[in-house]
Amino acid sequence: MMNNQGRPTNNNAASDAQITGYKSYTGSRGLEQEELLIYEIGDTQRTGVDLPEVEDFKSCLGDVERDQEIGLAGLSEPEAMRHYTRLSRKNYAIDMGLYPLGSCTMKHNPRLNEKMARLPGLGDIHPMQPLSTVQGALDLIDTLAHWLKTLTGMPAVAMSPKAGAHGELCGLMAIRTALEAKGDGRSIVLAPESAHGTNPATAALCGYKVVSIPATSEGRVDLAAMKDAMGPEIAAIMVTNPNTCGLFEREIVEMADAIHAVGGYFYCDGANFNAIVGKVRPGDLGVDAMHINLHKTFSTPHGGGGPGAGPVVLSEALAPYAPIPYVVAGEEEFNMVEHDVEGGESFGRMTAFHGQMGMFVRALSYMMSHGADGLARVAEDSVLNANYVLASLKDVMSASYEGPCMHEALFDDHFLKDTGVSTLDFAKAMIDEGYHPMTMYFPLVVHGAMLVEPTESESKQSVDQFIEMMRHLVKAAKGGEVERFSGAPYNAPLKRLDETGAARNPKLRWED
Amino acid sequence: MTIYYSEDHEWISVDGNVGTVGITNYAQNALGDIVFVEVPEVGDDFAKGDEVAVVESVKAASEIYSPVGGKITETNGELEDNAALVNSSPDGDGWFFKINISDSGELEGLMDADGYKTFIAGLE
Amino acid sequence: MRYLPLSADDRAEMLDKIGEKNIDDLFVDVPKYALLKGLVDLPLHMTEMEVEQNFSAFSSRNVAAGDVPFFVGAGAYRHHVPSSVDYQIQRGEFLTAYTPYQPEISQGTLQTLYEFQSQVAQITGMDVANASMYDGSTGCGEAALMARRITRKKRIIVSGNLHPHYIEVVKSATKFADDVVVVNDPAINQAENLLAQVDETTSCVIVQNPDFFGNINDFTALAHALHEQKMLLVVVTTEIVALGAIKSPGEMGADIVVGEGQSIGNGLNYGGPYVGLFATRQKYVRQMPGRLCGETTDAEGKRGFVLTLSTREQHIRREKATSNICTNAGLCTLAFTIHMSLLGEKGYRHLAKLNHAGAVKMADKLRAIDGVEILNATFFNEFTVRLNKDAAAVVEELVDRDIIAGVPVSRLYPDRPELANHLIIAVTETTSEDDMDIMTKELKEVLK
Repeated sequence: MMNNQGRPTNNNAASDAQITGYKSYTGSRGLEQEELLIYEIGDTQRTGVDLPEVEDFKSCLGDVERDQEIGLAGLSEPEAMRHYTRLSRKNYAIDMGLYPLGSCTMKHNPRLNEKMARLPGLGDIHPMQPLSTVQGALDLIDTLAHWLKTLTGMPAVAMSPKAGAHGELCGLMAIRTALEAKGDGRSIVLAPESAHGTNPATAALCGYKVVSIPATSEGRVDLAAMKDAMGPEIAAIMVTNPNTCGLFEREIVEMADAIHAVGGYFYCDGANFNAIVGKVRPGDLGVDAMHINLHKTFSTPHGGGGPGAGPVVLSEALAPYAPIPYVVAGEEEFNMVEHDVEGGESFGRMTAFHGQMGMFVRALSYMMSHGADGLARVAEDSVLNANYVLASLKDVMSASYEGPCMHEALFDDHFLKDTGVSTLDFAKAMIDEGYHPMTMYFPLVVHGAMLVEPTESESKQSVDQFIEMMRHLVKAAKGGEVERFSGAPYNAPLKRLDETGAARNPKLRWED
Repeated sequence: MTIYYSEDHEWISVDGNVGTVGITNYAQNALGDIVFVEVPEVGDDFAKGDEVAVVESVKAASEIYSPVGGKITETNGELEDNAALVNSSPDGDGWFFKINISDSGELEGLMDADGYKTFIAGLE
Repeated sequence: MRYLPLSADDRAEMLDKIGEKNIDDLFVDVPKYALLKGLVDLPLHMTEMEVEQNFSAFSSRNVAAGDVPFFVGAGAYRHHVPSSVDYQIQRGEFLTAYTPYQPEISQGTLQTLYEFQSQVAQITGMDVANASMYDGSTGCGEAALMARRITRKKRIIVSGNLHPHYIEVVKSATKFADDVVVVNDPAINQAENLLAQVDETTSCVIVQNPDFFGNINDFTALAHALHEQKMLLVVVTTEIVALGAIKSPGEMGADIVVGEGQSIGNGLNYGGPYVGLFATRQKYVRQMPGRLCGETTDAEGKRGFVLTLSTREQHIRREKATSNICTNAGLCTLAFTIHMSLLGEKGYRHLAKLNHAGAVKMADKLRAIDGVEILNATFFNEFTVRLNKDAAAVVEELVDRDIIAGVPVSRLYPDRPELANHLIIAVTETTSEDDMDIMTKELKEVLK
């Protein structure tokens, strides 16, 4: 029988209400679905995993067998899939759009790297299985080390640090150990006021007092002030280059000379290595130690906040103090040195096992895909995209410093003066436009900072769309549309959250 | 009872040998919504200028320096559950601690209410 | 250059807008001599196929755990992870998101972190857990530092049965803070008199349960005695599945619990990335390192989650922060949480039982072999045996017979000849009875 029941197929709205919509009964908004906590969906009797039955046996647990219920909620597999899929859709992600978080290098994460990390011979090997059964893994670590040393022009690299801040700790511990080996007990580390918070926190962990060096009006380290602060008590300088204002430190070599002249070391924060990879080798600039965030420059996924990986390249002077373990390429096979050799000067071990192997695989896959030629283009295109943003917005926003910038462009809130719109409001309005905001209020050296890092992953069309969106928002802010900003975001899964309430009465876990 | 003010925006209200210390309205305003105050332990000794307490908002933390030297005699237990008192009543219920002043001469370097008013006017 | 979208025309047009002729004009601030004239000495870009070939070559020179009878534990364990876990963590919305600094568009990450913190607090029997550390070992170092902040004392007593890598990490984490770290000798299946070693300068005692050699201990009395002297008990668990079968450290009175969470949701990955679990009592929460996620409401009163108590952290407190940690183990915590949600109470407890039953069976089989002595009176899924030969040599011989038999203790304690014949053997739900029988048969021959 033919279908003879017609139905409405045009979208002519009959009333305003049909355009603006009704508040739903469920709280969901179409594809934007509300989702409860696992504890409100599942219970202790439900499970999404089938396990074999356990035969009778005699327990060897002693007298501390668990006898209390834990209270863990279980979900069946379809419930779990739906729960986490729904939650995933409440996240912004690189896969969804430009992610201009300055200082974070939110570039495309190739899925080839995920596939490589899951090869059974790389993902399913144990850190304590015999070295004779993991020669390929040791070769891979050694190969990645070679790439990192070549790209930085440094003679050695410590692979085990688990993240950027862990790498900083590794570098400073090597420095302090090297100084102590000479009987030199220095007490101060110099760091610019524009530094990442991890720098002073790391120096403090190593027992150093941190003295802050001011920035010049050009957004760079004040070399004269740094020289004035130099002396026999200075163990190291910690300088980010390119710096957190998105600028290359022109006087980097003079800084290196100044710290070396007083017998200290130059720690470079490599967070912004993306801007110069394949173009400039930090080893040519007098650097003694630098961590490399594999999750930034070499695209291992950020995963909602980790895991990272932070290998540290070291100069000849610091190499003997590197942490264990490390891989040694022998004539016939690779070896892993897991204990300090006799008479060795390693400062010790930073982590169980050998470092973030899963991240090593992904990073090397990314590097090999690009090659020497592609990596130089990564730097060039990231710098080009940032300068293009700067050039296209500096007539309406307030650029903090003269260009050219490196891979990120810094603006401050002068252009919002007297608009009643703050940096925070502006950022939240970007969410309504379908973008993740840029980094805000960092670096601390400019007022109401907005640090934009488009990365090389963005096409010209994508960057143009971003620029157009920003120009619309600037116009709206200057045109007095305060409400567009003060109540934003209007279109996100949630409105602004009460962070004060969260901190005053912390509720950090589920309780019945 | 006399009230003195420091350039770090603390006030100290002196009654005999004992000073009650808090932060000024200007300071609470600059910090924003206060979420936590870490007060010293009763019995601890501090010199003038020592870090004696920490006050936190959501995105900022600030040290409180002791305006005078002495021994802590009492702390404001109310702040533990209700740090918002510092916002609502900075110079009253939002006090931080009481200190037994070891050298009343140290009060001389502090400002009076008018002096502090002029001081903050200069910061604008 | 499949990952780089800008064309030559785009680049020319963009340079024109910027007002420069050449890309290197943008690198004008780099000292001239340091700007490379050519390319670094590395291979040129590769196709996907070429990259895959390279990695297949690396991979094929390793023995994957799943391909042979496999008994290696000692801090990392091979468990079965449901397929849906790996699918979910590869969703772009999770995989390619940053730290949830913009809560309005990060509720996916934040809600899972809240679920993670809840699960970890429950399993460890503690009040609160953070959003994870890099791994168990670095968490252990942080625990030592936290104990000092709380007690303002500097002497740390470390059990000789703590994983040797963890001991080394505690030493390096406290190296420049002039703490005194007192480490006991390994004491396989002997009671350590830890209490006799504490004095009034002691901040904490660090123990492991089940310990490095597999023994299970009750630390209730120790916790009680330490608390009387205002000292803290730190309990480490490297096999988190064990807490499905034994009393939680919280029930025993621990003040800080550190765990390696790799067993749930995460593969072996040759040692990382893993996920550090970190839990404590409510009263110490402000001394805790790392990120914390908390519940709140949005402007319309809807429930939502945010990162909170951030003033403890480096980006605000800088040199006065509780730790320099910035990243956590984000994606690994997600894998942990999804796997744990699939297991639930019932599955988790059952998984633990299954692991223990397997280890008991394996121990019984090995006990029957001449030249094998089981040293543990108690154990969960891992135990230590003394062989009549050098354990490292035996392991190598068994590699030739396609078995990976366990971890020779000498690999971690090369300077202790008395431990040369000791082997740590782990069994999980992935170990089949066939695997056990092959191992038993071949070991018997090797020990002849």
